[in-house]
Amino acid sequence: MANIFQIIIASIFVNNYVFARFLGICPLLGVSNKTETAAGMGVAVTFVITLASAITWVVHEFVLSQFGLEYLMTIVFILVIAALVQFVEMFLKKSSPGLYNALGVYLPLITTNCVVLGVAILNITSEYNFIEMIVNALGSSIGFLIAIVFLAAIRERIDIADVPEVFKGFPISLVTVGLMSMAFMGFQGLV
Amino acid sequence: MSNVLTAVGVVGGLGLLFGALLSFASKVFHVKVDYKVEAVRAALPGANCGACGFPGCDGMAAHIALEDGPVNGCPVGGQPVADKVAEIMGKVAVAGAKEVACVMCQGDATRAKERYTYTGPRDCRSNAATGGGGSKACTFGCLGGGTCKDYCQFGAIEIINGLAVIDKEKCTACGKCVEVCPKKIIEMVPYDQEVMVKCKNTEPGKEVRQKCAVGCIACNLCARTAPEAFVVENNLAKAQFPFAQDPAEAVQKCPTGCIYPGLAAKEAAKKEKAV
Repeated sequence: MANIFQIIIASIFVNNYVFARFLGICPLLGVSNKTETAAGMGVAVTFVITLASAITWVVHEFVLSQFGLEYLMTIVFILVIAALVQFVEMFLKKSSPGLYNALGVYLPLITTNCVVLGVAILNITSEYNFIEMIVNALGSSIGFLIAIVFLAAIRERIDIADVPEVFKGFPISLVTVGLMSMAFMGFQGLV
Repeated sequence: MSNVLTAVGVVGGLGLLFGALLSFASKVFHVKVDYKVEAVRAALPGANCGACGFPGCDGMAAHIALEDGPVNGCPVGGQPVADKVAEIMGKVAVAGAKEVACVMCQGDATRAKERYTYTGPRDCRSNAATGGGGSKACTFGCLGGGTCKDYCQFGAIEIINGLAVIDKEKCTACGKCVEVCPKKIIEMVPYDQEVMVKCKNTEPGKEVRQKCAVGCIACNLCARTAPEAFVVENNLAKAQFPFAQDPAEAVQKCPTGCIYPGLAAKEAAKKEKAV
């Protein structure tokens, strides 16, 4: 139990995928103009990461390990994630149009989101069992959700502030991400 | 050698498996999309501005094609787009009245007084949020910070002497400025309407006079001169468009000049003065 709790804290704060591992910067900057869309993206990422982690873990455990092909992990995982996202998109379109409309725009973007691949691979290299893996996946995606929503909230405020001409747009956002990352460094050594 | 073969076999097998699953899934989860939706979507401008009130052009297309929405529902595309959409839907396009955004204030830096000097970020939203409604003495008027100009994607807004002025030829009626203006001083008006009361101040005339040289003081002169064209409600004159009576005389009589005579009339008057 203590182990699970440790994983949750570590994945959300200490090893936050955005601020400590610098993965998923593209969607972080791309869809953080409004808090609403940022939250939508965060929820979609949470959904996909958890599902993808479970499937990649199973594929690794029961296919790749059996044949001694662990070195093909990266390429196989990309294949699995891309196919999975496609499948999820089709499934949602048919079974729940409401959820499809809510996540619709973000789902295809997630196919190539490096956070998903990052979590899947780090699950394996950390040698988690199935339950620890699911907890870690959920934790890391909540970390991403927190990061993107926080950044969006800050950017909404920056929008009406008097930013020097050269810093307008992405430069000031990158500076903001850097400062937030430094704040998250305060969690280092917690677990 | 056998290592390579297993690798090829496993990855290839996985690829085939996923491919088969996906093609199977695409059959099972196939959703029929009305071909009209796609056709209408292609005819729309694709700016995704949201002026129609739907989330992007996709939403508008679905509304037109599936829910029998109005073919002229896109304010940006105007008549040409309405015609195209009508052709796809097999309907006759009714000419939608073209609208443009207009700043309902003429109190620029020389005509309207400031209560204090605002030194914060150059943005109306932060100006309006401080000091009880912003730096302008008149709490209804345009602050001239240029937030609407920043939001206009069509370059139709200019800030002239501390007042936002919209070029009605460039305006596409997307409504972005109407939405973003913290003073709600920008309104959609019919393109054909030349004469309008460009003031929103509902305070008594005496107070308006102290704050602005072109504010409506609710003197009732316009309503008396042309009762079919103007009404005075809540200390503020309002033009009744379309006019049942020629408003020209009332415009002349207006003591403060808060009734905007239209661009053509204004320029003619300027020339007369110069001569």
